[in-house]
Amino acid sequence: MKRNYLLSDSIISPLGFGTDANLKAIRSGGSALKFHTNSRFLKDGFYAGLIPEKAIDEHFSDIGAPAMFTKLEKLMILAVQQILDQNPGLEMQDTGLIISTTKGSIDQLGKDEFPEDRLFLWKLAEVIADFFQIKKKPVVVSNACISGALAVKTANDLITAGRFLNAIVVAGDLVSDFVLSGFQSFQAISEKPCRPFSSDRTGISLGEASAAILIGPEAGKNEDRISYIDACTANDANHISGPSRTGEGLYLSISRLLAANNIEPEEIDYLSAHGTATEFNDEMEAIAFNRAGLEKVPVNSFKGYYGHTLGASALIETILTKHSLLENELFTSLNFSEVGVSIPLNIIKENRNKKLSLALKTASGFGGCNLAMLLKKEVYE
Amino acid sequence: MSKNLFIKDSVIIRNGKLLRNGKVVVQNYPDQKLSSFLKEIYKDQELKYPKFFKMDKLSKLGYLASEILFQNIEPDPETALVFSNAASSLETDNAYAETMNDFPSPSVFVYTLPNIMLGEISIRFQLRSENIFLVSEDFDPGLFIDYSKTLFQQEKAREIVCGWVDLHNSDYDVFLCHIGPEGRYDFNEEELKKLYLPTHE
Amino acid sequence: MSDLHTELKKSIIEQLNLEDMEVSEIDNDEPLFGDGLGLDSIDALELIVLLEKDYGIKLSDPQQGKEVFNSINTMADFIEKNRTR
Repeated sequence: MKRNYLLSDSIISPLGFGTDANLKAIRSGGSALKFHTNSRFLKDGFYAGLIPEKAIDEHFSDIGAPAMFTKLEKLMILAVQQILDQNPGLEMQDTGLIISTTKGSIDQLGKDEFPEDRLFLWKLAEVIADFFQIKKKPVVVSNACISGALAVKTANDLITAGRFLNAIVVAGDLVSDFVLSGFQSFQAISEKPCRPFSSDRTGISLGEASAAILIGPEAGKNEDRISYIDACTANDANHISGPSRTGEGLYLSISRLLAANNIEPEEIDYLSAHGTATEFNDEMEAIAFNRAGLEKVPVNSFKGYYGHTLGASALIETILTKHSLLENELFTSLNFSEVGVSIPLNIIKENRNKKLSLALKTASGFGGCNLAMLLKKEVYE
Repeated sequence: MSKNLFIKDSVIIRNGKLLRNGKVVVQNYPDQKLSSFLKEIYKDQELKYPKFFKMDKLSKLGYLASEILFQNIEPDPETALVFSNAASSLETDNAYAETMNDFPSPSVFVYTLPNIMLGEISIRFQLRSENIFLVSEDFDPGLFIDYSKTLFQQEKAREIVCGWVDLHNSDYDVFLCHIGPEGRYDFNEEELKKLYLPTHE
Repeated sequence: MSDLHTELKKSIIEQLNLEDMEVSEIDNDEPLFGDGLGLDSIDALELIVLLEKDYGIKLSDPQQGKEVFNSINTMADFIEKNRTR
């Protein structure tokens, strides 16, 4: 079967405008999570990864009029622009655009700064497609917190189905009053920067970001490249918000994926987990990883760097996994203190180099959804 | 492989009518509100699933349509759900935003994602299968076919329910169809379009 | 049965959308979670909102919630002792 590759990418976050800036910040242990006191829903303040709109506008004014676009539209357009800058010869005629978001421009709900239809996710997609004159009708994936990786799977599958020759996947979500108050009503927001898999974890931190990646069959032949192997999703069929106590859906998505591709757990060099730092999520993941025979694989969560960026998180983490593979580099699971899940995992405690070939990315979300994805490095010799 | 796929049964909830394979199953009273129409379907079909009352309207629409689609059959555990709509969860987003002014409601917030409906259907029928929720301005048969085809080709599903479950400003439009290796119609764009918008209506 | 007990049952039925239940069907000492009424984690969060909204009680320790929400009786006792409205 013809493989698709993870090609150029971009991350726009509080850690920087571009993947390189983000990698640099991660290597030096930087975190987007800062203390903020400007929410009426969290009067004692909260930690989150926020991007000031002023900083976005400074970058955006090079390519468009900032006042014409919502904050999220600008973030997503900036991410796509970086992909196009890296690929000046990209044939736009047959390039698909795949959007991943959970809430789109929900910060605009109840305001009249923009026409009302800008709240629709298809309209968000249309605005981005029109900006770049992408002719193919964009596709929107909105499947809670697995969206970012599910959009990569969708890109691969729609290229395989012949709908596109290649596809730009762009993901983004904001920290709005809407999601802040919602997660607060769930008593899920940590008073301190989130600490995935740690014994002293007390919940999530939220973050905002966008990210984009080009997926396609034509990778540079004279360099190492990262191929998309396969991905599986599975529903817990247990509860719409609480993770399954047995990690059923996550376990099934991983075990089906490994079985379908004849891969043994020992072959996996690195595991990029979801790791939101809620009590139940991290425990669920530990159980599922153990059931799948992955408890010894080096694992991290990137939530300590970015917070939970919802529809962007799994794409950002896929991009970082790609760079881990390419650079043979394992990144610290930031803010980890000591194991706080019932099954010990091989949490990455310091940045280090290790020969990497095969990586597993997982994600889970509300609605009981789970996803597992395999990425592999093809070494140029 | 795609030529061996067929549409088995389909369900529509539209304009105050619930139809299964084109035949009216439940019809609303004139000027009946959506919430009471949904409850009427639940009662009329003698469903016994108290979780129904806790769902938001979007999930109720998807759940009820799936009950009618799977009438008298136990769905294959490898039945994937490929769903889509135009308005995502905007109706419930607005309902949640109203609670924000007072006491933000966790039980409303949890429904502010369109794929919660997939969770509800998965729980009801114990489907630990492939799921995706897509958003497009209009019903897009080609997208359902392209995504579903790949699921079958990669042997990730034995059957699929394709669903369009849209709700905005109390306007609703629901179309579910059950796809598998045997059935009544070929699984192609033309047939999907015909079933989604029957011309004789 | 006190007015508070009845009032609580009514608001639980309404707030948690237990549309198929009647006040008379809920026993005062019946467990609200697990085998009793079968409430779940989202219901627990919604009960926390209810305490704050109707009785001015802020509950932030989830562990405390488990004891308070054991039954209508435990809820009513807790409210009598802590209500600010």
